[in-house]
Amino acid sequence: MIALVTDNLTKADIQDKLNDVFSHYHGDKQELIPILQETQEQFRYLPAAAMREIARFLRIPESTIYGVSTFYAQFKLTPLGKKIIRVCRGTACHVRGAGKVLTEIEKQLDIKAGQTTDDLEYTLETVACIGACALAPTMTIEGETYGKMTTKKVAEVLGDRSKVE
Amino acid sequence: MTEVKSNNGNKQRTIYICQGTGCVSGKAFEITEALKKAVAEQGLQGVNTDFTGCHGFCEQGPVAIVEPEGIFYACVTVADVPEIVDSHLRDGKPVERLFYKDPVSGEAIPHHKDIKFYNMQQRIILRNCGRLNPERIEDYMATGGYESLKKCLKEMTPEQVIEEVKRSGLRGRGGAGFPTGMKWEFLRNAVGEPKYMICNADEGDPGAFMDRSTMEGDPHTVLEGMIIAAYATGSSEGYIYIRAEYPLAVKRVRLAIQQSEEKGFLGDNIMDSDFSFQLHVKEGAGAFVCGEETALMASIEGKRGMPRSRPPFPATSGLWGKPSNINNVKSLATVPVIIARGADWYSSIGTEKSKGTCVFALTGKIANSGLIEVPMGIPLREIIYEIGGGIPGNKNFKAVQTGGPSGGCLPESYLDQSVDYESLAAAGSMMGSGGMVVLDEETCMIDIARYFLSFTQAESCGKCVPCRVGTKQMLDILERICRGEGRHEDIDLLQELGKQITAGSLCQLGQTAPNPVLTTLRYFRDEYEAHINENRCPALFCANLISFYILPDKCQGCGICLRNCPTEAIVGDKRMVHVINQEKCVKCGTCLEVCPERFSAVVKVSAEEVDVPSEPIPVTAEKPQTST
Ligand SMILES: Cc1cc2nc3c(=O)[nH]c(=O)nc-3n(C[C@H](O)[C@H](O)[C@H](O)COP(=O)(O)O)c2cc1C
Ligand code: FES
Repeated sequence: MIALVTDNLTKADIQDKLNDVFSHYHGDKQELIPILQETQEQFRYLPAAAMREIARFLRIPESTIYGVSTFYAQFKLTPLGKKIIRVCRGTACHVRGAGKVLTEIEKQLDIKAGQTTDDLEYTLETVACIGACALAPTMTIEGETYGKMTTKKVAEVLGDRSKVE
Repeated sequence: MTEVKSNNGNKQRTIYICQGTGCVSGKAFEITEALKKAVAEQGLQGVNTDFTGCHGFCEQGPVAIVEPEGIFYACVTVADVPEIVDSHLRDGKPVERLFYKDPVSGEAIPHHKDIKFYNMQQRIILRNCGRLNPERIEDYMATGGYESLKKCLKEMTPEQVIEEVKRSGLRGRGGAGFPTGMKWEFLRNAVGEPKYMICNADEGDPGAFMDRSTMEGDPHTVLEGMIIAAYATGSSEGYIYIRAEYPLAVKRVRLAIQQSEEKGFLGDNIMDSDFSFQLHVKEGAGAFVCGEETALMASIEGKRGMPRSRPPFPATSGLWGKPSNINNVKSLATVPVIIARGADWYSSIGTEKSKGTCVFALTGKIANSGLIEVPMGIPLREIIYEIGGGIPGNKNFKAVQTGGPSGGCLPESYLDQSVDYESLAAAGSMMGSGGMVVLDEETCMIDIARYFLSFTQAESCGKCVPCRVGTKQMLDILERICRGEGRHEDIDLLQELGKQITAGSLCQLGQTAPNPVLTTLRYFRDEYEAHINENRCPALFCANLISFYILPDKCQGCGICLRNCPTEAIVGDKRMVHVINQEKCVKCGTCLEVCPERFSAVVKVSAEEVDVPSEPIPVTAEKPQTST
């Protein structure tokens, strides 16, 4: 698993990892999105310093990179928690009570959708559709899908939060 | 092949576990492993364990099929594995307990082919999904896979391929329904090199997952269709643009491309012809608007995915300004079958103007949720009540939503409508990419309209002002109606805004964004009026408009509601009638959920006063017979 990286990365750390990423590309500007995706895989978010280096590598303005990375929902500009929870807000999930499940998770983690817990354990996000609509309401934790969610099942899948605190 | 040992007349058997996304979430991987292990431990001869892609019947997952008998097991768990192995795979006695039960008759149905959910379908696009191992090209080839490509390359000119597809009547399954053959012809006749063939696998409609299941369950069909399209249009390079949220689809398509290249179906000089085609996968990055063709191409170019005005159409100036064509996953997956079985066969299915079959993701308040493929022209009622098994929990049907955020909600009076491009559009909805969400009496139509609008509002790229600001205005109005603060002029205002947004937006995202509001206004205007004029939510859904009460003649003072209330809004004591403090109540409905059914003391009402004591009083209700 990828270790959690917080913002106290040194410039050398960032450069090392980026050189590795860059070695898979030619430096064409069309490669921006795959590069951002791979960079985010490395750091679990897009550190500002990395975005600067990508701008240099592709010879495009930093503002363009900022524009692209804020346009797409996938890209994060702040560090994420160790585990990413995605609650589906798709239609099928909505009509089967996804709203209540989300509220319950927000309550148990004491954060709102889009936020990360103080201990950097969980980041809570919503997604448009996980593509498992027949099992609505659905959510994923680190890519693993949980279907037919209920408010009662929330504690079960999140585990005992008192242990991590 | 191994000698088949005859134990109790046992034959060669294969048990296929579904490893589609739905079943995987139900631990299909673990079940497969447990089966393999148990079969090996028992030393069973002639028994194979394999996996397939999505069967479509995700509601019943994880599912497994034992061939050749065609026995279908539903809701399998790891704990069921020993019994399946001992009883069925070893002793030849199927496990009745795990058969699918018909939701209407309650009857247990052993065979896959007898289940109504399946036998009323006509599977063309999904023909292989759930029937073969998607990670083995040999399985696909054994069903006649890549024969259509061979036929095109060896026996047909590109023009003949286009003619065949045109004659078949195939129309785009990505939403707009434009004739596929014509699109190919535009690209064939376009001037400029190279030409690009793009597969739209962005599947943004929240509530649709057929493109995902097709790619996960039968990726080679999509590739074969795409290679044929490239041959017909003269494209030398292609992209499959897949949603980032679909990691398993990305993996299986990548693997399929690699296998296809190894077999010489992709790459240079395909099947020793002078036709060459290179295919790449591009992963989306989470933007609904990138499903729109011009935005999708901008995204492949590494830019923000914003639609641009057309003309020029992609066929003249598309990806990197070169002639390009975009087709949906399902459109392409249909092509190999059309080539194999002929345009006449295909066009004999469906209605006059809508040919072939359509795939729907049937979800929401429906007994048999899942993926279905039906001939165009089938009435909605058959889909919902026969294949879908009706509405669960004895609830009444209210509406069916098709076409995702661009579509609309159709009421009961439309249940006998034929499902095809024209009829759905005439009713104010659309075919879209195939989401079909069933809504029951507990669904508030204003909330549904609000939900879709909040989706499109958030996904608007912001280029056109009416789409960016207008949808926000509409959303604000809907939210205030749901809060019980609606104004008399709101209905007219919504209609007016809807018209303007449709007229003033560049792409269909904006043009169709008002549809869910306009159709609910058209068919469920009384619900809007109830919210605005009477502060009443007829579906008892909108939190601000409902109240919960504990009935003094039913409450037994058991205290379950009090203990579960998250806001401590309930007061009471042992053998005292409990009372909800309406000021503190957040309308979460927990008390209603937890109140024991034999008491049923909690009621939910809207714009109604219920006579209850203001303080706890001693219980007077008689204990129900069943209680202890
Ligand atoms: C906002 C928006 C989202 C769309 N999303 C999709 C999508 O997810 N998948 C798709 O195939 N087409 C989508 N389309 C339609 C495409 O623009 C295009 O018409 C389609 O891919 C053409 O393929 P077809 O001719 O095979 O239907 C979308 C259109 C709009 C305006
Ligand atoms: S709507 Fe939630 S998984 Fe599709």
